Amino acid sequence: MDDAISIRQLSKRYDSGFEALKHVDLDIRRGEIFALLGPNGAGKTTLIGCVCGIVRPTGGTIVVNGHDAATAYRQTRAEIGLVPQELTTDAFETVWNTVTFSRGLFGKPRDDAHIRRTLESLSLLDKRDDRIMSLSGGMKRRLLIAKALSHEPSILFLDEPTAGVDVELRQEMWRIVRELRRAGVTIILTTHYIEEAEEMADRVGVINHGELILVEEKTELMHKLGKKQMSLELTEQLQSIPDALNRYQLELIDDGNVLVYTYDTHGARTGITPLLQELNEAGIRFRDIHTTQSTLEDIFVSLVKSPP
Amino acid sequence: MNLHAVKSIYYFEMARAWRTLFQSLISPVISTCLYFIVFGSAIGSRINDIDGVSYGAFIVPGLIMLSLLTESISNASFGIYLPRFTGTIYEVLSAPVSHVEITIGYVGAAASKSVVLGCIILATAGLFVPIEIAHPLWMLAFMILTAVSFSLFGFIIGIWADGFERLQIIPLVIVTPLAFLGGTFYSIDMLPPMWRTITLFNPVVYLVSGFRWSFYENADVDVALSLAMIGLFLTACMITVSWIFKTGYRLKP
Ligand SMILES: Nc1ncnc2c1ncn2[C@@H]1O[C@H](COP(=O)(O)OP(=O)(O)OP(=O)(O)O)[C@@H](O)[C@H]1O
Ligand SMILES: [Mg+2]
Repeated sequence: MDDAISIRQLSKRYDSGFEALKHVDLDIRRGEIFALLGPNGAGKTTLIGCVCGIVRPTGGTIVVNGHDAATAYRQTRAEIGLVPQELTTDAFETVWNTVTFSRGLFGKPRDDAHIRRTLESLSLLDKRDDRIMSLSGGMKRRLLIAKALSHEPSILFLDEPTAGVDVELRQEMWRIVRELRRAGVTIILTTHYIEEAEEMADRVGVINHGELILVEEKTELMHKLGKKQMSLELTEQLQSIPDALNRYQLELIDDGNVLVYTYDTHGARTGITPLLQELNEAGIRFRDIHTTQSTLEDIFVSLVKSPP
Repeated sequence: MNLHAVKSIYYFEMARAWRTLFQSLISPVISTCLYFIVFGSAIGSRINDIDGVSYGAFIVPGLIMLSLLTESISNASFGIYLPRFTGTIYEVLSAPVSHVEITIGYVGAAASKSVVLGCIILATAGLFVPIEIAHPLWMLAFMILTAVSFSLFGFIIGIWADGFERLQIIPLVIVTPLAFLGGTFYSIDMLPPMWRTITLFNPVVYLVSGFRWSFYENADVDVALSLAMIGLFLTACMITVSWIFKTGYRLKP
């Protein structure tokens, strides 16, 4: 049993008739950080809602740590912490009371030491007696994390933890997530920021129109789809690419001033040496070369843009 | 049974009431005092005793019932509507708690609050008129049963409501008229026969009558019938709540 979560054929059709999830299969490995990427309305929050018991699935099964989420919901939900997308808090409560409430709600006996530690790790300890409405947005986000961790879950869902968060706090969030992973917590986060997935995740899933279109090790993904481009700034404008160079599938851009060669970084041969040699032979001179690597962002955009 | 969860919800709700203690107590207490001054002393002094009970004392059970009904409904409906409105309900829905536990937590807290309030009003009434309670245990039983039933009813309203107006409308348009016409200020024997028959369709009549019996041992309708009616209402509310949770109505999309 090494999967923390195992989802089979999960479907959700809202009362409006809208199909938000279409037969999703997904396994989350124990201890990993899984990033769920997808554009607005892709179904990320719906997927999380189904696992956590906030949305009623219309089909499929969800198994958490070996327990069925529909029938053994007490076991599965006790294992899960959820940080929602929206900053929903009880404005008039104090930080301490709301976190204590969460722990009790999830069936755990009171443990002030644990709550103190949790607040401390999220730099909220000195705010413990403050009312929530007096906290900043970033503090509220951290408070929601504290609430989600109050019952010591082994699986944590973070629904867009860094949406609307400044750069510094985002770094902070990443640090927190890494620490949790080190402590053995399985983490599933959703995000629009590709750099976030790139920075954090062990595996990446891309969801669009309610369909999981790809699940891949992040390194594998970057590897597989990692194309590099080499741009040559020509000393003289070129009208057209000589036929002799056809096999390189070059592109001529910027009014014939830049020649672009796309190659696979992981291919056995990149073809750079013969290209440069042939360019030389063809009498094409250049004054500068630079290379760019496609990011997860490019991969993501190309995946989501391409018709299903 | 997730007792920790029930306790958490219950204490959380009670703490909310504690913060607004003054508002929650002051308005029912003031309105009760006003009723006593106007009906009990000013007008009541010119009204004959009813079944051997002075008019001021006669209206005490009805007035307590009136507050009990309105407070139970408003406490419970607000208690569940607020987290729905702010979105914090997500946490309760994602917690390892059963429907029954959620209901016990919220409804239990709302009912406790109104029972406390009922006792405070009883004590306030005692300042104006001498009160004797023939069957204190039955009195308490009626109070608790009513508080629980109507808190459950309020809980349903709080789930059904999709705006603050709707939250107010049922108590205002249905419950207050029923309570006023339910024999709070008069014995239904004082009504013309046709109205008496119509009144018997008003559930509040049975509550007030049974409750008054526990004070003065005189009742408009049979006490057993009163109990049966409360039981019926309670059952209907429980069935509705279980349907709500089973279908996820207004709670889970
Ligand atoms: N309660 C609902 N009733 C009807 N449709 C809904 C409901 N909730 C969500 N949807 C629809 O389901 C689709 C998926 O929504 P979801 O919130 O899961 O998207 P998301 O991937 O989380 O998007 P975002 O990145 O904007 O948060 C959307 O088209 C949304 O309009
Ligand atoms: Mg979302």
